[in-house]
Amino acid sequence: MTLWFVFALMTVAAIFAVLLPLGRSGRAQNQGSEVAVYKDQLAEIERDLAAGLIAAPEAEAARVEISRRLLAAAGSEPASEPKSSLKWRRAAAVLALVALPLVAVGVYMPLGSPMLRDFPLAQRERGSGSGMAQSLENLVVQVEQHLEKNPTDGRGWNVLAPVLERLGRFDDAVRAYRNSLTYNGESAERRSDLGEAIAAAASGVVTAEAKAEFERAHALNGDDPKANYFLGLAAEQDGRKDDAANIWRALLAKAPADAPWRPLVQTSLARVGGGGATMPALSDETVAASKDMNEGDRNAMVRGMVERLATRLKQNGDDVEGWLRLVRAYLVMGDRDKAVGASSDARQAVANDAARLRQLNEGLKTLGVDG
Amino acid sequence: MIAESGHYALVLALALALIQSIVPLIGARLRDAALMNVARSTALAQLLFVGASFIALVMLHVDSDFSVANVYENSHSMKPLLYKITGVWGNHEGSMLLWVSILALFGGLVAAFGNNLPLSLRAHVLAVQAWIASAFYLFILMTSNPFLRIVNPPIEGRDLNPVLQDIGLAVHPPMLYLGYVGFSISFSFAIAALMEGRIDAAWARWVRPWTLVAWIFLTLGISMGSYWAYYELGWGGWWFWDPVENASLMPWLAGTALLHSALVMEKRNALKVWTILLSILTFSLSLLGTFLVRSGVITSVHAFATDPTRGVFILLILCLFIGGSLSLFAGRATSLKQGGLFAPISREGALVLNNLLLTVACAVVLFGTLYPLAMEVLADFKMSVGAPFYNLTFVPLFTLLLLAVPFGPMLAWKRGDLLGVTQRLLAAGVAALVVIAIVWAWTRGGSALAPLAIGLGVFVIAGAVTDLSERTGLFRLPFATTLHRARGLPRSAWGTAFAHAGLGVALIGIVCETTWNSEYIATMKQNDVAHVAGYDLKLDGLLQRQGPNFREMIAEFNVSSDGEKISVMTPSKRSFTTRGSSTTEAALLTRGASQLYVSLGDATAEGAIAVRIYHKPLVLLIWWGPVLMAFGGMLSLSDRRLRVGAPKPARAKQRLQPAE
Repeated sequence: MTLWFVFALMTVAAIFAVLLPLGRSGRAQNQGSEVAVYKDQLAEIERDLAAGLIAAPEAEAARVEISRRLLAAAGSEPASEPKSSLKWRRAAAVLALVALPLVAVGVYMPLGSPMLRDFPLAQRERGSGSGMAQSLENLVVQVEQHLEKNPTDGRGWNVLAPVLERLGRFDDAVRAYRNSLTYNGESAERRSDLGEAIAAAASGVVTAEAKAEFERAHALNGDDPKANYFLGLAAEQDGRKDDAANIWRALLAKAPADAPWRPLVQTSLARVGGGGATMPALSDETVAASKDMNEGDRNAMVRGMVERLATRLKQNGDDVEGWLRLVRAYLVMGDRDKAVGASSDARQAVANDAARLRQLNEGLKTLGVDG
Repeated sequence: MIAESGHYALVLALALALIQSIVPLIGARLRDAALMNVARSTALAQLLFVGASFIALVMLHVDSDFSVANVYENSHSMKPLLYKITGVWGNHEGSMLLWVSILALFGGLVAAFGNNLPLSLRAHVLAVQAWIASAFYLFILMTSNPFLRIVNPPIEGRDLNPVLQDIGLAVHPPMLYLGYVGFSISFSFAIAALMEGRIDAAWARWVRPWTLVAWIFLTLGISMGSYWAYYELGWGGWWFWDPVENASLMPWLAGTALLHSALVMEKRNALKVWTILLSILTFSLSLLGTFLVRSGVITSVHAFATDPTRGVFILLILCLFIGGSLSLFAGRATSLKQGGLFAPISREGALVLNNLLLTVACAVVLFGTLYPLAMEVLADFKMSVGAPFYNLTFVPLFTLLLLAVPFGPMLAWKRGDLLGVTQRLLAAGVAALVVIAIVWAWTRGGSALAPLAIGLGVFVIAGAVTDLSERTGLFRLPFATTLHRARGLPRSAWGTAFAHAGLGVALIGIVCETTWNSEYIATMKQNDVAHVAGYDLKLDGLLQRQGPNFREMIAEFNVSSDGEKISVMTPSKRSFTTRGSSTTEAALLTRGASQLYVSLGDATAEGAIAVRIYHKPLVLLIWWGPVLMAFGGMLSLSDRRLRVGAPKPARAKQRLQPAE
């Protein structure tokens, strides 16, 4: 409320500034004029002459010139007295009383945020704990401020680094991981975290710098899964797909069955084509080859793979190839109902994308699942 | 509440400016004193509201209120107080607010102290001033609003560009803006004169102080900016012919011409139309400078943000004002009364020559600035016009100008005697020749032109001294009389002498610095010694320090000469975390007017550091010159007397003994 009161006061002051001169009577005030300037100039010549700054003949010449101008100026001086036109003054007053507030409010309202109070920093620090100041980014800033003053606090860097990485501030995350390494000491985990951040900063490319970090981590702990995964990725990006497959296969072999990163490594392995038995690619040959296995094993294996694929597609339905593979797997397994169900799920999942939908329909047609 | 009140005050200023741009004109047409007086009270109220708005923004920056986008983007809670305040204009929005605040300040000054102006002239001037103000208020509110808010304020700001975190930011922009914007007054006076169709010596008398104030501030602003670039950018250059520098130099050249032609007009009632045109051109160049710097056409440390809508908006303002004023000039100039006559060889003639040279120099700079831009836009061809171009064009023009400078003040009004003046300047010429000979004998290396240029500088200074001694009768008359006459001499005469001598001083500094500057660039390890121009600099070591919002690496140098310890120099490199950038802080050691300059490069892994050491002989003269010029301007400004140019009577003898 006080804000509106202040606005009103300011507006009144502005209006008053316009109205004040209008109220005064239009008497001619003492205003400057050309004639006055020339008269002053004449007086100035006398003073200069007296001070000896100009000689008498020069002074005389100047006097003649200025007098000539003085006469001309006196002749052209506006003879008419200042007038006062009440009509126009009233118009000006109306302009001040109506147009001025209208313009002010009309310009201010779309631009200003009158409902927003000030938030000077001092006041906010006292009142911290209010929900406003506690967003993740503000917490990050507070930790950063703390670390700015105590740069050797290794735990702080440890906490900050992953958060920065999640916020997408990869360069800062790299710096934070480096500091964490400096103040917390070496560990395979930190090295590979640093490598991951460097790779993320390079939008996913495992650069030579990142690779060096992973190799260090690998040297510290040969079983560090992150280092192994990224070394595989580096190999893949270098075009050495077999090396990548070997690294990942070894990683999977040692991995605990419930490791959360298992599916990631498996799909990566599938990508480089070194999938072998664990690959969810489900080509006809794979399914056919598995026929040689004993019945129970084969079914368990295939079902496991198909279920994983189905779960993945439920989470991310954009993958048309994946859907087609799933449908084909159901067909191979002789489960036509599930195949039809999966194809309608697929249509729903990609319904918003015309290109993908077309691709899906063509794929389904070749598989012989409806039209 | 502070933020919103400041915002609303700015809006009210716009509303007042709109009223101020219409009502007084109607009043002048109807000859209604009350309506004309509206200009005065609205100008003062405008100053009040813009001032309040500016103070509000300063308070927001000091309080680190990050709910204001401008504060969040350009401030940091841990920044020292001085930089919190200067940071207000260290960004686009804030600097535009400073621009209009100064515009309102000048408008307010005219309103408050313009009692000696004819009422209708004052009304016209303030109305034109309000047009400019309205355009810029709209520009600020629509495209560069400093009071926009953030609903969920972040807890920390993004900090100010580290290069700007320097005392220079407290001085350079306000000074420069006082200069730029000050020329708006002479522009408004020119437009008012054209609208009224009346122009006379009285007009020049009223315009001259405003022009002089603007010129003083612009002179100081440019030289301050140059010194700032010299010590902050870390490689010892002080002028780069950079488009942004040119943008400030052009109004200065035009403004200097205006100052001199207004003098002719005030004293002799001549050169009226030309003076009007110069007033328009000077402010147009100021606007052009604002456009070049603010639109992002040129990217530099001055272009805080590049936003096409801003560029288009300023371009519109530019076209409107320059186009409008020039067409008004074309339409009305012929109807103005012609002024007094004069012989080619006379004080007026000398001032015309001065104007001619200054405007051509200005046109050269304008060409050098705009041509590369035009080529880039039209032909997609990147080029830079640098020192070689200006050495071939600008320098000869200025050489001619400097040769003529001592003659000007000594010629008589209306008809002068060149031979007589030459005789009287003989002593100055001899002094210059002696200096040339000494410099030639003393120095080795460097350009053969350097001693000549120094001689020219000496000639200009000696010419200024000769002028003073002629006027006071030094050596001709008894000393007591001389003293008496010196006291009686108008302060404007002293001002002229100081300003002209300042030119010579600056020239000597420029020549010495560019010719005999020695440098030493190397990678130094601890205890390494560099030998530069007779000084030994020993690197004592590197140390780290934590500043308020930066960390810095300091290198300590022990400076000695002939085994005698002189001082310790500590250049440093500061790295600012928030912006992730760093600055070099050069260390300067002043010895007389010469300086030793040390700045740091990158450190190598082995603890060595790249170092640049310069010895710059008489470099400080480059800035003492302009300070002297500004001092001369102030002397002239403090002279409240009326200016009368007593003409030389046609039949008088050539050398008159002054009557005591």
